[in-house]
Amino acid sequence: MAAPADQVGPGATGIAVEVNLGDRLFRWGTAAFAAGTILILAAMAIQMTRASAMSLRHFGLGFITSTQWDPVRDLYGALPYIYGTLVSSFVALLIAVPVSLGVAILLSELAPGWLLQPASFLVELLAAVPSVIYGLWGVFVLTPWLRESVQPPLQKAFGFLPFFQGTPHGFGMMAGGMILAIMILPTISSVTREVMRAVPSTLRECALALGATRWEMVRTAVLPYARSGIVGAIILGLGRALGETMAVTMVIGNRAEISASLFAPSYTMASVIANEFTEASGDLYLSALSQIGLLLFAVTVLLNVVARLLVWRVRKVAAR
Amino acid sequence: MKAPPGEPYLRRRVVDVVARGLCVLMFVLAVVPLLSLLTYVVKQGVGGLSWSFFTELPKPVGETGGGMANALTGSAILVGLACAVGMPVGILAGIYLAEYGKNRFGDAVRFCADVLSGVPSITVGVFVYTLIVLSMKRFSALAGGVALGILMLPTVTRTTEELIRLVPDTLREAALALGVPRWRATLRVVLRTALPGIATGLMLAVARAAGETAPLLFTAFNNRFWSASLDKPMASLPVQIFTYAVSPYDDWHRQAWAAALVLVAAVLVLNVAARLVVYGRTAR
Repeated sequence: MAAPADQVGPGATGIAVEVNLGDRLFRWGTAAFAAGTILILAAMAIQMTRASAMSLRHFGLGFITSTQWDPVRDLYGALPYIYGTLVSSFVALLIAVPVSLGVAILLSELAPGWLLQPASFLVELLAAVPSVIYGLWGVFVLTPWLRESVQPPLQKAFGFLPFFQGTPHGFGMMAGGMILAIMILPTISSVTREVMRAVPSTLRECALALGATRWEMVRTAVLPYARSGIVGAIILGLGRALGETMAVTMVIGNRAEISASLFAPSYTMASVIANEFTEASGDLYLSALSQIGLLLFAVTVLLNVVARLLVWRVRKVAAR
Repeated sequence: MKAPPGEPYLRRRVVDVVARGLCVLMFVLAVVPLLSLLTYVVKQGVGGLSWSFFTELPKPVGETGGGMANALTGSAILVGLACAVGMPVGILAGIYLAEYGKNRFGDAVRFCADVLSGVPSITVGVFVYTLIVLSMKRFSALAGGVALGILMLPTVTRTTEELIRLVPDTLREAALALGVPRWRATLRVVLRTALPGIATGLMLAVARAAGETAPLLFTAFNNRFWSASLDKPMASLPVQIFTYAVSPYDDWHRQAWAAALVLVAAVLVLNVAARLVVYGRTAR
């Protein structure tokens, strides 16, 4: 960084003192705005805890273990939503992790130069399409396709497994998981690429000089070095999947049931907030929904902290 | 090398080819949904586009026709509000991080910005609801704009920081050597140099905000009529797409696709424009 002008010595002229003042104001002014980010995060935590205080007091731990969600009798238990969120995100990771690792390896290690620009643009575009458009596509394209061409054959072949039982509606856990997979794929692959870029190229050259094939180079030199960062990338993807709202709400079927079948409709934490928040009439109802929001907030913040630390570590090591 | 020394060369070559092939296959798997989505949006959307789509209000349930004029202007107003909230804060915070932020406080801010960018948009909606909607006692465009602004903030902050860092120190030194105070050097020389790049980041942030739906559901809510007042509920394109897509009416589905086409086109244009700005700079 340049020599800072606000460190003008005490023997400076009158003009320099004025300069000093302007610089000081500028520095503290911008610092105040920078602090805004921290304040917003803190305010979110406080505000949402306050909003869910009533429900926290009323239900305690029972909130996350009860399956009853009955606004008429003012009973709220979030287990079906927590289950739906966890399982749909897990399905999403199952699909998205291999795909996005493949994409990241292709783009950072294997692809020829001319392919790089257009290919990474396509992947970035995947991240740029708004959630609600994925939902629209899910409702009118993905779910009919699942209902007619994917789920019946799956049932015929693997119908003895609990995951593929029941009537194939299209709408349900499978559609939710798939659409989430598509949406978190760019997150995982772009962070993974970033981490792989931090791997020193001398390592690659060493592997190649020892006679490794391209794939052996990736497996023995790049992946071990980037491992913790890749775990970070996957956790970031998980965080995104847990909180994703619109597309999932539109295809998952929105029924608060716990079923092992991927064909069955389900409900997620984010979806129940989206669907019921504006209609929540009672104070306790609103408080219970806020508590789901608080849970979601706490979990995603935690995941993000862990993931960022992992990714930062790889980059710090690489920078040294 | 983990491979045992005696492993035949041919087998290693085959593994290599298969692994590369798998990576290509994964890429194809990733891109197929995108292409399918884009073709459907264009194919279904073009049919719904008409003059009235851009100029008329939504018709009551059951009547065909009408348009989304209010949602289009509503989206523009909401994104404008979001920019008014998110950009000054984000840019100034970014300037701090780049120019003075090599300390604990700077690291904390950077970390919080990264974490904030991972917070689900729906919880931002809940937050703004408890903060603004409850105290105003009604849904308002203002609340929607604030929610979108908070979502933009991390992107704007980090892009601004990164691009200001790219400005060569020699420029700063030259300005300071001429006796320019540091704050003016930062604003007039450094920031101006970084501006095209920052504009790129802003375009991407705007594109993201324009498509956000979840935080608007219970902040700006929706509105069937014209409204430009910031303390009233306001319609927006994404919320309208959601409402129409889950409705049982064919005509609404048609309009949802048309609106999707408009939204995707806007997002696409912003993304391509951002790319061109970056490309133009690196090519020079």
